[in-house]
Amino acid sequence: MSATLSRPRSLPAATARVRHSLPERLAPYAYIAPFFLIFAVFGLVPLLFTFYVALFDWNPIGEHVFVGAGNFNRLLADTRFWNAAWNTISIWLLSTVPQLVLALGLAHLLNHARLRLAVWWRMSMLVPYITSVAATTIVFAQMFDRDYGLLNWLLGLVGAGPIDFLQSGWTSHLMIAVMVTWRWFGYTTLLYLASLQAVPRTVYEAAAVDGAGAWKQFRHISIPSLRPVIVFTIVTSTIGGLQVFTEPLLVTTTSPLTCGAVRQCQTLTLFLYEQGFGRFQFGYGAAIGVALFVLIIAIASLNYVLSTRIRPERG
Amino acid sequence: MNKANRVRWWTYLLLAVAALACVFPLYWMFVVASTDTATATRMPPEIVPGGNFMHLAGLVVSTVPFIRAIGNSLLVAGSIGIGHAVLCSLAGFAFAKLRFPGRNALFLVVVLTMTVPTQLAVIPQYMIISWLGWVDTLQALIVPGLASAFGIFWMRQHLATTLSDEILQAARIDGAGTWQIFWRVAFPLVRPAAFVLGLLGFVTAWNDFLWPFIVLKSPEMYTAQIAIKALQNNYVVDLGLAMSGSFLATLPLLVLFVFVGRRMVAGIMDGAFKG
Repeated sequence: MSATLSRPRSLPAATARVRHSLPERLAPYAYIAPFFLIFAVFGLVPLLFTFYVALFDWNPIGEHVFVGAGNFNRLLADTRFWNAAWNTISIWLLSTVPQLVLALGLAHLLNHARLRLAVWWRMSMLVPYITSVAATTIVFAQMFDRDYGLLNWLLGLVGAGPIDFLQSGWTSHLMIAVMVTWRWFGYTTLLYLASLQAVPRTVYEAAAVDGAGAWKQFRHISIPSLRPVIVFTIVTSTIGGLQVFTEPLLVTTTSPLTCGAVRQCQTLTLFLYEQGFGRFQFGYGAAIGVALFVLIIAIASLNYVLSTRIRPERG
Repeated sequence: MNKANRVRWWTYLLLAVAALACVFPLYWMFVVASTDTATATRMPPEIVPGGNFMHLAGLVVSTVPFIRAIGNSLLVAGSIGIGHAVLCSLAGFAFAKLRFPGRNALFLVVVLTMTVPTQLAVIPQYMIISWLGWVDTLQALIVPGLASAFGIFWMRQHLATTLSDEILQAARIDGAGTWQIFWRVAFPLVRPAAFVLGLLGFVTAWNDFLWPFIVLKSPEMYTAQIAIKALQNNYVVDLGLAMSGSFLATLPLLVLFVFVGRRMVAGIMDGAFKG
């Protein structure tokens, strides 16, 4: 259908509106109402209420005493909070960076025009996404187990001693980061691949004719054209990655809420849960929520600003 | 030209390693889930499945109400999947094709909500659920997940590109109301996209952990994921048990994936940013 024909026909939409009955005019609002209602009740109101509850010493079945900034002062002086904040950032960095790099490389490989079994490669990348965090964590905990784990058995074959991954901070962070990376890298790969496929083949072919190898094509064509989706995935993986909860909870069986005897891998979300639902300090828990909120907004904004600087490289 | 177009052998090698890394943990889950504890803790580890799976599966079912948990998960994830497909299509239709005051501002709100991390407001969320009297009920899981900003964004995109104004006008001239246009014209056109969105909603809801963990109390209300957690409390006692539970809780999704995996992959790539 030609554009000149369709132009004038969209005009009646404006005039027709005048003739619509009241129910017809209200219909659009009715269609969008369910989402806004759900978001208001279970998203926005709780979020605003978090800021309010954080100002109180709030026991779910007892008193609500206004303490002003009391919870926040306590939080800033709480070494457990700083520990959890550090763990969260460490796990997030260890999981996000490899995940995005892996996804970039794999998307570039999958983007080949003559790749065989393309559908099967893509499907296999999505298997971790459909596997639940709970199941993932239990199987990885086994593989990383100090005494009976697959990994330590392999290390033993090459003469390396068994590693107690949960024992120390950074190895436990690494272990959790592997689980997070495993679950998400395939999904991210597919997002990147979709963007890459929107780049005309001829661009790559022309570059190849000019003598650009795989690496140059990757750096000068793929990366710049992926800019919007890279920004998107960095921001979403920041929001998700800073809220890691299930992996550290399930990886430790003996002291789950603290994630190990010295809170090696207790994240902020776990710390929030421990204070709120383990000790029923709703006010203090809400203050942790506010702190986490501020951290997420800060890091996501920073990432957004930094990642918009990805530019096509010259030369 | 030809040389550049050839797929190098190491491309396949790298892809095979990645694919193996994706699939191996599931295979390993089944291996441990099908051996007895003695074998599971033996060195070197057994790397082929044993014949103990049915026994362990039976044990799983008798340790926690696992069948019930799978049923609960199906109910919750199914409702959320259908809710997403219908409600997000409706809202996406309104934003894509209907003109009404405040449309752009409201859509901006939808987009903004995608970036607001509301999950960390779990304490007030729990308080609201508790005021509604929904603690330890499945509607506490279902209702908040029925629609999402992402889903609306997704369906709006599909409707804006699929449903032409001509068809819309033709239906209007034939005297169809907005609801009829949605249900008879718009929705059938975007059914594939709505189906994939429903699947994504289903998978997310099926695998959700934190919220059910907070809201559910009694074993009869457990979802599959919480049942795994309950089994894991026996982890020290029996590793195979926890693995069997994990495998059983993943199995429905694996079966689903075998049938619709292709469409899921296509759908995810379809919804992604294009250049």
